[in-house]
Amino acid sequence: MSAPNDAGAAAVAAAENVADRIEAEREHLTDLDSAIGDADHGGNMARGWQAAAEAVAGLDNPTVEAVVKTAGKTLLSEVGGASGPLYGGSLVFASAELSDGLTAESAVAFAETYLEKVQDRGDAKVGDKTMVDALVPAVHTFKKSVETDDLPPVDALAKAVAAAENGVAFTVPIRAAKGRASYLGWRSVGHQDPGATSTLYIIEELLATAADHLNQEIPSVDADSPTIPEGEASGE
Amino acid sequence: MVGLVVVSHSYTAAQGIAEIAAEMAGETNIEPVGGDSDGGIGTVPDDIEAALAAADDGDGVVVLVDLGSAVMNTEVAIELSDVETVIADAPVLEGAVNAAVAATSPDATLGSVRDQAESARNVDKL
Repeated sequence: MSAPNDAGAAAVAAAENVADRIEAEREHLTDLDSAIGDADHGGNMARGWQAAAEAVAGLDNPTVEAVVKTAGKTLLSEVGGASGPLYGGSLVFASAELSDGLTAESAVAFAETYLEKVQDRGDAKVGDKTMVDALVPAVHTFKKSVETDDLPPVDALAKAVAAAENGVAFTVPIRAAKGRASYLGWRSVGHQDPGATSTLYIIEELLATAADHLNQEIPSVDADSPTIPEGEASGE
Repeated sequence: MVGLVVVSHSYTAAQGIAEIAAEMAGETNIEPVGGDSDGGIGTVPDDIEAALAAADDGDGVVVLVDLGSAVMNTEVAIELSDVETVIADAPVLEGAVNAAVAATSPDATLGSVRDQAESARNVDKL
């Protein structure tokens, strides 16, 4: 473990910002979930992130890895629904990618491992109307922005947010194939997916925290057109 | 002896199912688990892990689950736990009753109990 550092403090701030944002959006997330699910996404996520923010604020040695792992473990024990293993379990698993600290490279590795765990656990593809529809374009855009386009972290995150926004919009017209919404079949069409929406909020708060931490303005960006790699799109 | 764990989003449902299965279960350990951290509807990996430990007496545990995230949270609990555990892909009540009967066999194994639970998928009611 490295010594507590700036990045660790920023990670604590990120957890607090996510908790505040999810609390502010609690009703909205619950409304989205009551249309196509069991109306518990807002309450579950708000309770889980509040507990996660408190847990990471109490850490003696808040390295980025410790903050992410602790937040994930807390979500696992507090959420009580699919969001626990998907959001929390994936954070715990992917936190190992941050063991040498936070760099653009380790952030990409973290994001890719997180996505892999979410897809592995939830068995969802792009087009199933789940959090994956926001997460896949966000992670691939972030990776491309860092590795290929050589964008600085805040710009790369801003691109990822724009891609996640498109992913959230994409969930509206499609039919759910996974999760509680899939029981509704065609009646799920026309509703925005709550998991994709909360995933967007989390990435937005990571961007806001990073910009604040690095003392930068949040850049205004357009999403690149298709950011979903070959083979990821649903065949259904 | 193979132990059983019943995971439901409702602790009351899990407890009721375990009670029904226990009628057929002889000495078999059957642990009900369910509900979120506030006692509401949900499932929590830490609670499931504790139930696995409570149900195991050395021969492993077969888990019966209800819907959706009960499966995911049980998978997380299995990753956290040292208990040898399998999930039965079966209807939770009928599977629990079948598993309870199978577990009373002197030759019962994790595989035989799971198979018997899963055979409940094909039981017609009418």
